[in-house]
Parts: sequence; structure tokens; C-alpha cells
Amino acid sequence: MPHTAYIYDAIRTPRGAGKQSGSLNEVKPISLGAGLLTELQQRHDLDTSYVDDVIMGCVTPAGEQGGDVAKHIVQFANWDESIPGVQIDRFCASGLEAVNMAAQKIASGWEDLIVAGGVESMSRVPMGASGGAWLNDPEMILNDSIVPQGIGADTIATIGGWSRTVVDTYAAESQKRAAFARDNGYFDKSVVAVKDLNGLTILDKDEFIRPGTTVETLSGLKPVFAPLGAMGFDDMVLKKYPDLMAIDHVHTAGNSSGIVDGSSAVLVGSEKAGKDLGLKPRARIISAAVLATEPTIMLTGPGPAAKKALAKAGLTAKDIDLFEVNEAFASIVLRFMQDLDVSHEIVNVNGGAIAMGHPLGATGGMLVGTLLDELERRDLQRGMVALCVGGGMGIATIIERV
Amino acid sequence: MSENIHGFNYEKDADGIVTITMDMDGPVNSMNIQFRNAMKAVADKLEAEAGLTGVVVASAKKTFFAGGDLKELSSIPKGEEESAYRMIEDELKAPLRRWEKLQVPVVAAINGAALGGGLEICLACNRRIAWDSPKVIIGLPEVTLGLLPGAGGVVRSIHMLGLVNALPLLLEGARMPAAKAAKVGYVDELVANAEELVPAAKAWIKANPDAWAQPWDVRGHKIPGGDVWNPVNGQTLSLAVGTVFKKTRGLLPAPEQILQVASEAMCSGFESAMRQESRGLAYLLTTKEAKNTITAGFFQMNAVNGGAARPKDVAPSEVKKLGILGAGMMGQGIAYSAATAGIQVVLKDISVEAAEKGKAYSAKLLGKQVEKGRMTAEDQERVLGLITPSADYADLAGCDLIVEAVFENKELKAQVTKEAEAHLGEGAVFGSNTSSLPISELAEASVRPANFIGIHFFSPVDKMPLVEIIMGEKTSDEALAKAIDFTRQIRKTPIVVNDSLGFFTTRVFVTYLDEGVRLLKEGLSPVLIDNMGKYIGMAVGPLTVYDEISQELIRKMAATHREMGVFGAKMDYSVATEVAETMVNEFGRGGRHHGGGFYEYSEGKQPWGLLAELYAKDGIELPQADMQDRLLFRQVIETLKCLEEGVLRSVAEGNVGSMLGIAAPAWTGGFIQVVNTYEYNGEIGIAAFIARANELEAAYGERFAVPAILNEKLAAGELLV
Repeated sequence: MPHTAYIYDAIRTPRGAGKQSGSLNEVKPISLGAGLLTELQQRHDLDTSYVDDVIMGCVTPAGEQGGDVAKHIVQFANWDESIPGVQIDRFCASGLEAVNMAAQKIASGWEDLIVAGGVESMSRVPMGASGGAWLNDPEMILNDSIVPQGIGADTIATIGGWSRTVVDTYAAESQKRAAFARDNGYFDKSVVAVKDLNGLTILDKDEFIRPGTTVETLSGLKPVFAPLGAMGFDDMVLKKYPDLMAIDHVHTAGNSSGIVDGSSAVLVGSEKAGKDLGLKPRARIISAAVLATEPTIMLTGPGPAAKKALAKAGLTAKDIDLFEVNEAFASIVLRFMQDLDVSHEIVNVNGGAIAMGHPLGATGGMLVGTLLDELERRDLQRGMVALCVGGGMGIATIIERV
Repeated sequence: MSENIHGFNYEKDADGIVTITMDMDGPVNSMNIQFRNAMKAVADKLEAEAGLTGVVVASAKKTFFAGGDLKELSSIPKGEEESAYRMIEDELKAPLRRWEKLQVPVVAAINGAALGGGLEICLACNRRIAWDSPKVIIGLPEVTLGLLPGAGGVVRSIHMLGLVNALPLLLEGARMPAAKAAKVGYVDELVANAEELVPAAKAWIKANPDAWAQPWDVRGHKIPGGDVWNPVNGQTLSLAVGTVFKKTRGLLPAPEQILQVASEAMCSGFESAMRQESRGLAYLLTTKEAKNTITAGFFQMNAVNGGAARPKDVAPSEVKKLGILGAGMMGQGIAYSAATAGIQVVLKDISVEAAEKGKAYSAKLLGKQVEKGRMTAEDQERVLGLITPSADYADLAGCDLIVEAVFENKELKAQVTKEAEAHLGEGAVFGSNTSSLPISELAEASVRPANFIGIHFFSPVDKMPLVEIIMGEKTSDEALAKAIDFTRQIRKTPIVVNDSLGFFTTRVFVTYLDEGVRLLKEGLSPVLIDNMGKYIGMAVGPLTVYDEISQELIRKMAATHREMGVFGAKMDYSVATEVAETMVNEFGRGGRHHGGGFYEYSEGKQPWGLLAELYAKDGIELPQADMQDRLLFRQVIETLKCLEEGVLRSVAEGNVGSMLGIAAPAWTGGFIQVVNTYEYNGEIGIAAFIARANELEAAYGERFAVPAILNEKLAAGELLV
């Protein structure tokens, strides 16, 4: 890379339950994002006019999240009026795609300092509210055999031979790790409290975690996607996967990612930016990859994306100390670990979206911060973030402490 | 002042209201060339009519309008989509649109069935008044013919009723009596007598002289329930994809096209959606699926149900008292079907207890209907009262028909034949419900072989609509007529075949099992094989259905055939038999209801553990297309052999019998029709089928050799009709 892309900081809001009773339901999406920009400015005494661009992932750019929410956030945060903003959407990869695009802008030498992350208030702008041909267009759905994502996740579990107990065991461990990490302050460096106009705290810790979750408590939950599967979508999958007799619907609300509200912001910049502003780089981004895989099963992209990113960096999975793989569904991570032959010991060591929730467009940026904090806490070198993505895509990014 | 314009009677009254009474050549009004000429000419005249105050559209026929001319529509060849599109746009839609845009009220006076095109004419009117009679059936059943309503039916239904209400009607092809149509919203007003229709229409016109604009032509019109931006509508569309796929497995394009046009109606303007609808119909018209459905599923099905195979010069008969020998699964089902049709039944078995048990089956089925409110307790008692369980042959006295349904064993059948006949009158017909034993041989036990016939029911009898009637060498036309009359009396569809091992349905059906088992022996996984069967549209995969039929039954059937010296003569199920014998004799795997077969059922269905050890081969891979075509072609070729050998007496019966009896997929139109429209390597029809069969023969063996009849038909330039 002609210019190294450094991560100078990575922060996020806590994740609030993504329903009307959730703590962040009363907070506008632009406030979630603007709060983080304000924090970045204050933490680093940032001259905001130095920032070249603000890239925000948002998967449901409709209503109050529509109309280039990134630019709205920049303005709402009262940053210098010369600062532009762009909203991007690569489904669940949006937040990480924002970071990768920022890195590419820096690497090209065209820009020097970018804020990249995402925002998603799932309690205020419901999933699917921005439509899309894959949701509503019968021709597209039929041509490509597009089925609800959860059925894809169930299919991955069926192919992997991962029973309900196996996925529930994974989910219970995610809860245990997340609760332990939160309660021991592992997230404190990155999590920025969301406050009201009086400065009163609305939420300062992830609220979605359910400590004490066990395989037994999870075993009572209903398989969410069995009814949809029975309506014909299982048949659509089986027409592409003739070796399967049936889909084993193992995923429930307890072993799938939670619906939450939140935002993330990663400060990515060149060496020059660090020098000019007196910032100390925490890590560098060494490679990133995005690709697409079979779209009906939809969620097998992380493994291939990870391999592509590793190849680009001239590394192997063994060179990675810690992984953050988005827990969209338990089977996604199980598949990833199988694809890369890595142990759960070094994957999602502080839990994941099953416990903490997955604020679609914001998640990628959040995972970068979580990974970096933990690399520093354990004094390790390299880490990878990977996510499964709608439409069969997969994304991965490798970072290294400096 | 009345004028006949291409079969439309045009009459203007003193108030300026023109009544157009459709009275086309032939028994019904339909969307043929005469109609298209009439529509245009009448539109011209109406637009020029001075002092016009309203239009009433009525019919002089018993049915209001019969819809599209299916003969004409199904004859449009591939490649003619553009002319089909232009015909739909210019000759059907455009004149209707001109009627619709007249600046006077146009009212449909619906005096009889208005299906398909008939309803589409009405939807282009400002108001629909119908006679409240069960004869007035209304709906858009095009999907059941492999088509979509292309004269505005999809788009106007959605604009009138909203997506959520209209879509199920369109996807099911729902037909409903006028009163229901009024509830749904297709009909605005009901009248008690047909004579009141035109006066009511005229009265409405006079009361509403300004009601000439259709809702969708009024500025600011909104589809009821909103457009695609209403999440309910988006969800309805996406969920409908699943339910359609579940039904069709992606093998029937008509419901898919309806969904797509419906989606367009939600996303684009009225006129744009109307064009999309025309494009969709033009596309469907030339598909093999539509041609097969119309040819076999409609015309041939109607002919067979209409009694095409019945000897014409035998007087109609009715069975008053039916004797059933054997109260097992088949006997009890036949008893139920006969009793629900009002026939008195003697259900005989070796003991009264066994016969009572057989009757209890009817009590159970009827009880369920009572529970669901579909039948009263009194009716249940009345039907049950018709069934007399018995262990005494003497009770058969007075029966005009016997159906023997004892075990498939020649000696046993001979014995019960003799004992029953001793109590029967001269004219009584003896029917054997055998699924494969040659009727002429069974008839040897009869003192009246002319009255001896095969009446083959399918299991479960109460659900399966087909009866395969088998002519023995000596069976008389009178016996045949009686068997057909009986079949229609119990509201089932009869096909008549000549005597031969396995007759038609069993003989073809076992090839499906046989080819499935061959794939298994070649080393492929049972799950994959079964999915290949489902991919071609069979209801169940070959190995799963084998488990249901049971390895035990196939093994026994083969033993019987061997004893009779007929094994392997006509029906090739040698590999199916060999594997059944291995499964049963060595491993006790007799089938699902014998402790398991190819699959284990104790804890959810799973392939039987040892199966892989017995048959699986590592690294074996066959193209999916080959596996699917092998499963299909075996059945088609065996059917063609039945036709060639005269086992089948008509193409229609071969198609209808294969669809109703052995689940030939709907898209095929039956195992003969499928050949007429087969597509392969850019060719269509018999030549394409032969080309593919030749490939399969070269790769997999002689059983895929095409029967001579195909080459003959090809040389003669004929189809299999």
C-alpha cells in the first residue's frame, strides 16, 4: 500500500434493545451518530475541518435514516460545514465496508482523515422498511430462489450437522462471554454513553445481554423460521440442495443476533494526519476483502472472504490472533470456524451479536473497536473482523496493532 | 330497431340505452375471431351513437360468456409470441378499453356463468348485476389452464379489490356462485330472477347517468389497501412466492406470471400493468405447460369424464346394491365411496368382526366430516345404514355389481369368485379390484366370464379419483358399460384398458420404483434420488414411495407373477424386485409399515443406516438432468409401450390415467402428452423426445429405447392424440 491506513480510534454507543421498550428508542438515529462524532472531537480535541469525509453504513435508509444520513449526522454534530458525508449500504457489511472504504481512500493518498462507521435504529426504522427487489419482487425472488435469511442459516446448520443443542451451546457461551466482558469493563474504552440534552445518561452499557442464559433456558424457544419454511421456502432451498432431505430449523430468537439500536465510528487516517493532529495510531488496516457466494443459503460468505483477505495480506489463519465474526446466527460462526479451521477459543472471545445484538449498518464498525480493545488488553498483534452479508456476500478485514 | 353485428345483437331503446345481447355462433359466446370483430365494430358504433345514455351488456345464451377459445389459444406455436401479444393488446384489450371509456354508464347483466374472459368483460363495465343463482358461476380460472387472465382480469381485479383480496382468487383460479362473488366484490348487485337483469341495469343507468368513469380512470385513484409501499402488500407478494413454489416446485409458469403481473400492478400505472399482463399471457400461451394442461388436463379430461370409452349402444345403468368381498384397506374404502354416493353396500369378509371393522372405517371418515360441520349426524347415520357388514355369501343375493378386493392371490380370488357367483343373478357383473393380475386368467374361475371385469381402485380410495377398468378377453360391452356407469355414479374418473400384466397404471408405476432403485444400486444417496423425483414434479420420491407401497408388497407381487409364469414378460421391475428381496429376506426391511424400508422412521425420517454400506459408492456422480430424465422417461416409455400394444385404448386415457392414478406431474399433461411438447436442444415435440431418449439409451441401456410408435408418428408428422 502506498500509504498506510491507521486506526486512530474506534468508538461506539452501547446497544439498546431494538424495540419501543428499548432504552435507545427515544434517541433519533442522527443523535446516535452525532453523539459519537462529538465524542471523537472532544477526546482528541479534533479540528473537525481536517476531516475529509464521513462514511456511514446504514441498511435501512428510509424515513429518518433516509436521505444520506451520514451528511445529516455531520451537520447535526455541528462539525465544520466543509465536511461531507455519505451513507452506504452493503447490507450487514455496511459498517465494515465504511471502514474498508476509508482505508482505501487513505491508502490511495487522496484523503487523510475519515470517520467510518454506521448507524441503525432498528426500533425506529424497522428492518425491511427500505424495501428492495429481494423482498417484494416475485420475479427476482423466484429466479434466484431468495428465501428468508434464517432459513439460509438453518440450512448451513443442517449441512454442517449442527443440531439445536450445538447451536444453543454456542449461543449460551456467547452470552456468558459478553456478560463477563461487560461486567469486567472490557468494553469501557470504546463504549460512549448516550446522553440527553441535559447531559443525563440514557444508556451507558449494552442492555441486550441476558446473563445466566443456559442451553436449557434456550431449549424452550421456538424455531423462528420453521413456519416460513413450511410455507414453501424450504422447498425453494431443497431445489438447490438436492442432498438434503429437509431443513433442520435450529435457529431461534436465542441463538440468532438480537435486534438493537446503535452506532459506531472509527477514525481512520494517514500517518500525516496523525502527525498533523498529534494522534497516536492504535493499529493499521492491512487488508480487506469482499465477495459473494451462493445467494439462496446467503450466509456462507465470511469464510471465503476471510481467505481472500488473508491471501491478499500474504497470511494464513494461523497468523491471526483473534477473530470477530458477526453472530448473525450461531451457524454462521460455526461454519466460519470450520472453513478456517480455527478454535472458538480465539473467536468472539467477548461474545457477539447473539448476546449483544446486531445493529445492522453499525455492527462492522463496532466489531473493529471490540477487536482492537481486546488485542490491546491481551497484548496480541493481529485480528480479523468478518461478517456474513445479504445476497450471499461476505466481508473481512485484517488489522494489526502498531 | 335491432341489428346483428358479428353475433352481437345491438338494440337501442327510447331512452337512448343500447342493449348488446351476445348471441354468437355456436352453443356459447367465446373470445374467438367473431367476438374480436364484434367488439371492434360495436365500439365503433357506440362511440358514434347519437343520444347514447347507457349500455347494457347481456347474453342470449345460458352461460353469460364462456371465456377464451382454448382450441385457438393452445394452437399458438412457440415463436408467435409477438402476434399473440398484438392480438391480446389490439383485439381484446383495446376494444374493451374503448367500451370502458365511453362517457355513459356500461352495465353487465350476468345471466349465467361468467368465467375467465366472461368475467373480464364484466370487469370493464361500470357495474355488474348478476342473477342470484347457483348456475351463475363467476371467476378467473385461467391459472388452472396454465394461463393468466389477459383481458385485464389480473390488473382490474387488483384495482377493484386490492392485492390482498384479489391475489388468492387469481392464484387459485377460484370459481364462485354469484352471491359469493357479490361478497368478494366482483358483483355489485344481485337480482332474484334472470328477467329482472336488463330492467335493473337500465334503472341503474337512469339513476346514475354520470357514473361512467372507472375508479382507475379517476385522478387520484388509489388501489384499495394501498400499493406496494404498504408493508402488508409487499409481504403478501413475497409470502405468495413461497406458497406458489410449494405447490408448483417451480414447474408451472402460470401462477408465477400471475404473481409478477400482480406485482407490476402494484408498482406501475394501470396502462403499464395492462401491457405487462398482455406480455405475460403471450408468454404463457406458447409454453408447453399451458399446452399440456389445456390438451390433457382440460379437453381430454372432459372427454374421459364424459364417458368417451363407454359403449354407446348399451342402456345406462345404475348400481343399487353393491357387494364387496374383503373388508381390508381397499374394500372398506370402496364401501365408503359407494355408500356416500347412496349405494346400498354388502361388505363381506370371512368374519362379521372383520367386516364390522371395515365398516368402522366409513364411520371414522364420516365422523370427521360431522366434526368439521360438513355433514349432519343424520346424514352420517343414513350413509352408515347403507353398509351391511356380513360373513355370509347369501347376503350378496340381489347385488347388481360385486367388487372383489381380497388378497392378490389367484387361488383365493378364484374361490371367492365361485362362492359369490353362486348367489348372483344372471346380469350381475363381477369386478376384481386387482392391481396387476391378468383379468382373463382370473375370469377362468367365473361361470360368466362375459360379466367378469377388472375394476382397479387406488389407495386411499376415498381420495384417489381414478378407477382403472380392465377388459378381459371375454368381457362384454354390457359389463364394461356397467363398470363405467358405476365409476361415474361414485363420482370417480374411469379409464378403460385391455388386459395385460400390471395393466397400465401398475405397469408404469413400477418403472418409477425400478429406476429409483437402479440409481440407488449405482451408488447414489437415497435422499438425492428422492429429490430428483420431486424435481420432475412427482409427488414423492421413488424410494420414499417404495417404502409406502412396501418392499414386502413388491416382493409378493413378484412371487405371484413368477408362480403365474408372467414375471418379466411385460413390466420390467426386475431391479426393484431384486432389491426388495434383498431388503426383506436378508434385512427384514419390508417397508415403512413393516418396521422400515430404505428409510428409518422411528425418530424422524432418516436413511436406513446399512443402506449406504449396501449400495453407496464413493465418488459416483451423475448429472442431475440425467437422473431426472431417467425417472421421467422410464414412465413415459412404458406408457408409450402400453399405447403401442393396445393396453391403452386411447391417448386421452393414458394421459388422464397417468395424472390421476400415478401422479404424472401437472406440467406433463400426462405421460403421453409430455412427448408432444417436449423441448430438447432447440427441438420441440416427438423429435426432441427421441433425441433425448437416444442419449439415455446410449448412456444407460436399452430400457430407454423408444417404441416404434414414436418414429411412426414422427414420420407421419402427427402428434400423439
